[in-house]
Amino acid sequence: MNTAGTTPGTGPLLEIEDLRVTFGSPGPRGRGRVVRAVDGVSLQVGRGRTVGLVGESGSGKSTLGRAALRLVPVRSGRVSLDGRDLTALRGRALRQARRDMQMVFQDPYSSLDPSAVIGDSIAEPLREHEGLSRRDAERRVKELLDVVGLPAGHAGRYPSEFSGGQRQRVAIARAVALNPSLVVCDEAVSALDVSTQNQVINLLEDLRARFELSYLFIAHDLAVVRHIAHEVAVMYLGHVVETGPTDRVYDSPAHPYTQALLSAIPASHPRRAGTGTRMLLSGDLPDPADPPPGCAFATRCPYAMDVCREAPPATTPVDGGGEVACHLQTSGPTLAGRTLDAAGVRAERDGSPDVVPAAVRDAP
Amino acid sequence: MTTTADTTAALARTAPVAPTRPGFWRRFRDNRPAFVALVVLALLVAASLAAPLIAPYSPEAIDVPRRLSLSTPDHWLGTDSLGRDTLSRLLYAGRVSLLAAATAVAIATVIGVPLGLLAGYVGGKPDWVLGRIGDVLMTFPAIILAIAIIAAMGPGLQTAMIALGIVYAPRLFRVARAATLQVRAETYVEASISIGTPAWKIIPRRVLPNVASPVLVQVSVMLAAALLAEAALSLLGLGVIPPTASWGVMLGSGFKEIRSTPLLVFWPGVAIALATLAFNLIGDGLRDALGRRTRKADS
Repeated sequence: MNTAGTTPGTGPLLEIEDLRVTFGSPGPRGRGRVVRAVDGVSLQVGRGRTVGLVGESGSGKSTLGRAALRLVPVRSGRVSLDGRDLTALRGRALRQARRDMQMVFQDPYSSLDPSAVIGDSIAEPLREHEGLSRRDAERRVKELLDVVGLPAGHAGRYPSEFSGGQRQRVAIARAVALNPSLVVCDEAVSALDVSTQNQVINLLEDLRARFELSYLFIAHDLAVVRHIAHEVAVMYLGHVVETGPTDRVYDSPAHPYTQALLSAIPASHPRRAGTGTRMLLSGDLPDPADPPPGCAFATRCPYAMDVCREAPPATTPVDGGGEVACHLQTSGPTLAGRTLDAAGVRAERDGSPDVVPAAVRDAP
Repeated sequence: MTTTADTTAALARTAPVAPTRPGFWRRFRDNRPAFVALVVLALLVAASLAAPLIAPYSPEAIDVPRRLSLSTPDHWLGTDSLGRDTLSRLLYAGRVSLLAAATAVAIATVIGVPLGLLAGYVGGKPDWVLGRIGDVLMTFPAIILAIAIIAAMGPGLQTAMIALGIVYAPRLFRVARAATLQVRAETYVEASISIGTPAWKIIPRRVLPNVASPVLVQVSVMLAAALLAEAALSLLGLGVIPPTASWGVMLGSGFKEIRSTPLLVFWPGVAIALATLAFNLIGDGLRDALGRRTRKADS
């Protein structure tokens, strides 16, 4: 086994290095489509930390989460959990490694077997990894139902008898049954209504403290991520374009795409509405089978320069923590680690100027 | 934080659980035609099983002087060309016919369903190879293929049922495979994989129960077809060999006397029709009652 990574107990819990996931095949004459869903992503999740993974639909965030758990085939790169290289594991060894990493899926209506009672679904990991007897498993299931705030007596009911929020609690109970170190939450609250979302998020935070869990929290709802995540990674077209502590990323984004995403959050208070410049992105996500040659975001970036269309940007550290992959940091009105706001770079309201208006701030 | 969590938990505890959907049996029972069909089938099976107890005569007792009689107090349903009691033969024939149909379908199920689950779950080359074998078998009309198999293996009830089982296996294979493909893509299967459950446990525990409905429906309809096929093969002299009675054999021998005593084909015809209709109606009822619980939230 490859133990070249960090030793267990130290370093980040989940370490993703230069991960690539592709779908489709080039085909016999190279005419097939190869979609680069995840294209050279490096990411870390610290122990007991929650890392939010945001990005629009099709950015590859779900695929990244699944690849981290080896649920989709990894093309190249490395994923290690607690210093152990997961990408090298096969068959039985991989199945056994799964006890430390679990997943909560987006749709609580399809993530539970409709023909099995929920007690059976929650007991599955216990039976599989701990070989518990029926009676012991039943007892543990009751404890777990209690942990997630459901009546222990409901173990014998079918998923169809529960509401969405209740089902997601069942799914969470199943995910934490083995006391894993990492739980990937793939849009775990997106299918729930707002009040239920809050309850489930509180439950997740409660469980993190109680079981020392780490979350990779995939979501498109930026407000939810700000609430739950310590750090945020922003994905665009298979690339992580910016990472950093949640407050830094939200308060002073360093990548134009992050800025655009954040400007799309509806104001939480009418008095605050209208102060920020709304940055509208034109066009759609480029075809991931045929990504732009330079920066993936260049086709929609209001600050795009010539270099952006030619060379992929390097990753540079940002003041206040984290990293960003953007040419603005190194070329043009060199930001050199400063965030967009700090440098006074702002997009015009609707325009997408070819030349970056260096240090031009909109009059308030 | 704790208080929030407590409130959350309390909220979830008091949240109403959606009312339980009426159970499968209740839903099936409320389907009148299916329920009546089930009763009819149960009566047919019970009468066949109880044949030695309730049949007034031995099915093979020949009474030539009273041959080809119509309904009489002694022979309620008349006698055949050898004077054998039609009612007694009908009862005994039911055992043979129903058992034969069940055997054929059981063989088809044992071959078709596991292969269908495997092909649908694994996909790729095994799926392609199995699918093509099934396609080849399906290109032959069922009866013709069964006759070919019987020609190779010699006539007889057992051979006929094995032949039918092989002929029907691709149909169940297709149904099971199609349903498995759908279930394979469900998140709960991915959830089981992410838990670390091996495929050989996921297939019987998570896939099979969820493909059971279409398979059961198909089995029920197939029982009807197998019953008819047994009758057809026996009629042609390729299935049950006289003097053993099956509904098909009775139909065949009665056919020779159809001009003088049409009742001889009437009774086995009624039995076959009743049983076939019952299987089909039960199949429909199962399909409706087993329909997937797709209800969301509290609609």
